[in-house]
Amino acid sequence: MYIGRVDGTVVATIKNDVFHGCKLLVVGKLDLDGKPMAKYDIAVDMVQAGVGDRVLVLDEGNSARQIVGREPDGVIRAVVVGIVDDFTLAEGASV
Amino acid sequence: MQLGRVIGTLVATQKYEGLEGVKFLVVQPLDKRGESDGEPLVAADGTAQAGPGELVFMIYSREAALALPEDFVPVDAAITGIVDEVDVR
Repeated sequence: MYIGRVDGTVVATIKNDVFHGCKLLVVGKLDLDGKPMAKYDIAVDMVQAGVGDRVLVLDEGNSARQIVGREPDGVIRAVVVGIVDDFTLAEGASV
Repeated sequence: MQLGRVIGTLVATQKYEGLEGVKFLVVQPLDKRGESDGEPLVAADGTAQAGPGELVFMIYSREAALALPEDFVPVDAAITGIVDEVDVR
């Protein structure tokens, strides 16, 4: 999983059936200093996240299918699974 | 999934079993702002409705095959939707 920021939303009429009724968010990965990185995902929202929120993103297909309830063959990989309140690094930890 | 712009089509008559009827498109991957990001690639069209010029989103790796009618086929990128609107701030 990684920490990301919700940068925006995607709207699509023509899409795979598994996404019907799902909110799709554009989530940019953050480094541990909170700075945006180049990586991003279009992820399914499971926690009512909104633009600007700092979130926890799962990027693994089997877990994603389980929690979205689309087993065994849902075409789904990235899911927003939490809204991050706070995180801290141990003192002296190098990032 | 990531954004991409369809820039071409690909035809292959002889291909691995299970891929009959699957449409292949040449896609330029984009960053979240819509700028080109990396080299163009060939993706299977899981929507069966995408065409050149369209903004799409794609899924990579094992999940790509799950977008197709036959879900155990050798494909590592597939189009899963056609974008109506992206709003990135």
